[in-house]
Amino acid sequence: MTGRLPALLAMLLVLAVPANAQISAELPADCRVAKPQIESIFSLPHVAVGIAAKKLNILVLGAGSSLLRGATGAHEAYPTRLQRALAQQLPGVEVNVATDVKPKRTAAEMVQALPAAIAAVKPNLVVWQTGTADAIQAIDPDQFSQALDRGINISRAASADVVFINPQYSPRTESMIALGTYAENMRWVAVQQEVPLFDRFSVMKLWADLGTFDLYSATKKLDMAERVHDCIGRLLADLVIEAAKPSGPHAEGGR
Amino acid sequence: MIKVSTERDLRLDLFRGLALWLIFLDHIPSNAVSWITIRNYGFSDATEIFVFISGYTAAFVYGRAMQAHGFVVAAARVLKRAWQIYVAHVFLFAIYLAEIAYVANSFENPLYTEEMGMLDFMKNPDVTIMQALLLKFKPVNMDVLPLYIMLLLWFAPILWLLLRAPSAALIVSAGFYALMWRFDWNLPAYPSGTWVFNPFAWQLLFVFGAWCALGGAQRLARWINSRVTIGLAVAYLVFAFSIAMTWYFPRLGAFVPKFVGEAIYPIDQTNLDVLRILHFLSLALITIWFVPRDWPALKSRAFWPAIVCGQHSLGIFCLGVFLSFAGHFVFTEVSNRVLTHVIVSALGIVIMVAAAALISWYRVIERQGPGPRPPSSKPGYAGGEA
Repeated sequence: MTGRLPALLAMLLVLAVPANAQISAELPADCRVAKPQIESIFSLPHVAVGIAAKKLNILVLGAGSSLLRGATGAHEAYPTRLQRALAQQLPGVEVNVATDVKPKRTAAEMVQALPAAIAAVKPNLVVWQTGTADAIQAIDPDQFSQALDRGINISRAASADVVFINPQYSPRTESMIALGTYAENMRWVAVQQEVPLFDRFSVMKLWADLGTFDLYSATKKLDMAERVHDCIGRLLADLVIEAAKPSGPHAEGGR
Repeated sequence: MIKVSTERDLRLDLFRGLALWLIFLDHIPSNAVSWITIRNYGFSDATEIFVFISGYTAAFVYGRAMQAHGFVVAAARVLKRAWQIYVAHVFLFAIYLAEIAYVANSFENPLYTEEMGMLDFMKNPDVTIMQALLLKFKPVNMDVLPLYIMLLLWFAPILWLLLRAPSAALIVSAGFYALMWRFDWNLPAYPSGTWVFNPFAWQLLFVFGAWCALGGAQRLARWINSRVTIGLAVAYLVFAFSIAMTWYFPRLGAFVPKFVGEAIYPIDQTNLDVLRILHFLSLALITIWFVPRDWPALKSRAFWPAIVCGQHSLGIFCLGVFLSFAGHFVFTEVSNRVLTHVIVSALGIVIMVAAAALISWYRVIERQGPGPRPPSSKPGYAGGEA
């Protein structure tokens, strides 16, 4: 082992050259490598109804990671990009994406705000981003799961489908926020309630592994964050359209 | 009274050592090498192995002390051990604070505004540090040692009972487990919620380990060696493996009948789900089936690295937690390629083995040394600790 150590260290140095994230600026299609991570076996019947009626209302319920700060923040976060992508892919359908997004909210806090937001927006679909705040505040995982169940029930009672978005992959803070239990509980509630899960964590992890985005970089600039949100918005649109196909998501097969 | 066996079972050290390695690998976030650890292929993980074996060895070491020197002396030694673990935990917390302070000062990215909110607790360090000293605030991956402290705090009385009426002690332990599920017992955590490893639940595995050490294993021998039991264990492991695969390939989820999903989820780690206990027991049964106590290979050089780590579990566990912090630091600051993961993981295990060897060597020279304390002041066992 000791004989090989210098060689190993040399290799480590070579590997230390950071991945070039610039390339992806010209090739936004790069983010589509994550397509297999977002396949869902569950369908979105209420969205299908909305598409057929040429009017699709979506409510994004979320916390801080559904926002981007700054003057353009509200425009450039993924909900806006979801609307753009859906409108593009669904010509003739009026797509409205409304948001109920405030930083640091736990799932239970969002559920409290949900009935009012549903009454205002009348959504066919609730896109629900949650989990991070619960993990940071170390909310009881059982209570977290129960809040998810309640949110799904409230949405379905109002004729809306639900799509979950799990926490972001954040490599720098990974050893400090215990996402594991919350991500697992989200996955289990999604399976039990037959809710599609947009696995944002795995998607972003894949991008980081492939060098699509340098998620380690320390910066005050918004450009990478905007591109990440753009990709999330477009992949989310793909998931929604796929899951809303009348014959179910299996129709396309293979992908 | 139960007779405490005098010969240490090397399999315990071997598998506790392996569990320590797996815990280290699992504790480095997003470590590519952690794909090899057992938690990915079933319900239980290395924590179960660690707690069970710790219970087993605690009964072995303190059981003999209790028989030789009485309840008070043995209880005092158990409490001294709990104190050592508390000090180790606070030491690790200091390292954690250093790491988090570094991240707070050096990292900023508008993509992660929400995640950086977790640093808010640094705004009132007085409260946070006090809560940490009270074992209520526990950073990520620092939940096992507080659990261990609680398990030891109530171990002396349960050991007293185990030595007189082992079955009664096991029933008391199972009773606590049942009451915990019935009344949602757990200790409070800070800033909210409860302990990640509920001591009222996990004590069952610890006491069961102790019970096995004090003759329980012999009483179960007929069951352990039965082909039917082994068959059931294999079937259960296959079932757990199939379910685990649906976590990585959502499409496979379509093959899981709805009632199965409803019956098994959520698989509760905090309260030591029965599914996890069964998974651990199945693994243990099959391991015992393939690795007999007198297997000559246990004394070979090949297994020595894991065995020596298992023999100094507290020190090596703490070192593992520190190394996982350090490993994550290398991933974020140096390189995050898969090869780096492999090198960091391998290097970490090498450091753990080297440290364990150093502790072993140090013990030997301490006993030889001219100090005033006779070697008999140590609990009487060879090379290992509780």
